[in-house]
Amino acid sequence: MIETVWPYLFIAVAGWIATDVWRWLGVLIGNRLSQDSAMLIWVRAVATSLVAAVIARLVLFPSGALEGTPMALRVGATAIGFLAFLITGQRVFVGIITAEIILFGGLLLH
Amino acid sequence: MSNTIKQWPWFAAGMRGIFSGPALVLMSAFVGFCGFAYEAGIPFGQVIFMTGMVWALPAQLVLVGAMLAGASLPAAFIAVTLSSMRLMPMVAALVPEIRTRNTPTWLLLLLSHFVAVTAWVFTMQRLDRVPREGRVAFFAGFGLTLTGTNIILVGVLYGVISHLPAMLAGALFFLTPIYFLTSIWASARGIEVYLAMIIGLVLGPAFHFLSDDLGLLYAGLLGGTLAFGLERIITARRKKRAQTTP
Repeated sequence: MIETVWPYLFIAVAGWIATDVWRWLGVLIGNRLSQDSAMLIWVRAVATSLVAAVIARLVLFPSGALEGTPMALRVGATAIGFLAFLITGQRVFVGIITAEIILFGGLLLH
Repeated sequence: MSNTIKQWPWFAAGMRGIFSGPALVLMSAFVGFCGFAYEAGIPFGQVIFMTGMVWALPAQLVLVGAMLAGASLPAAFIAVTLSSMRLMPMVAALVPEIRTRNTPTWLLLLLSHFVAVTAWVFTMQRLDRVPREGRVAFFAGFGLTLTGTNIILVGVLYGVISHLPAMLAGALFFLTPIYFLTSIWASARGIEVYLAMIIGLVLGPAFHFLSDDLGLLYAGLLGGTLAFGLERIITARRKKRAQTTP
């Protein structure tokens, strides 16, 4: 009995509660912020910087299938994909496809 | 609810977001997660449960990693909670944009579960096209559909994609960073977002060497505060210039 329930309890506490605590806190804080307040601008900037840090880590220090790929290729593909995105009037799709093609091409040549 | 406009059409408009680019990219990323969780030996029920209950891809990857390593509950909790911290400012930034004076807090608490990068970017990008009274319904429609679809996707694909070719798996994993980068940039409505993105990209790796887990938090707080400070200076200058030029 405990063996079948334990993994779910583990996921509920270490996964669900550990994650949703931050979402609930975010609601309580966000409820006190008014739109266009300086505080909201700060919160938005912190949120963006946090995600940017996650992005940089995913590119520079990935885990799993990307781990064995050359770092220069990942950085180059990201940079060129981002440039393509900017040049085409911020088309997200173009940026993603360009980055993926360069990654794929680089791995094939590697 | 005593709102003056009909909620259902906006809920339905949010649901249709499942056919958008952001939803497609997330679904591809979940295909990658599904293969990863299967190879890690996490049973079907637990993978489904995790996807619905945690609903944050990085947190799920950390959780699977902790389960694989046989980590203790407190250790797994700390590792996951550190990776999920970014959700707090994201929710805090979204709430003032979507709620009305009549939106009950319990509803926001409930719906906050569906906030992850995809739903955040999707909603922030489309706020201008949704009247304030319809925004909570719009977000709920998108969030519920996106989470539900991915749970079904994971359920259907579990075991089917047991051995993804390494290159395909790599391409799926690579989608996440490039997609986050471009979509957040495209959805920015203030200069502080561009600044925070650039500074965060630099500080993230820099702080990575200082501290593995807390580095992200430091990068976010310092990067965000720097971007905010710069935004204040630029806005003040612009105002000044607007006043001096006739």
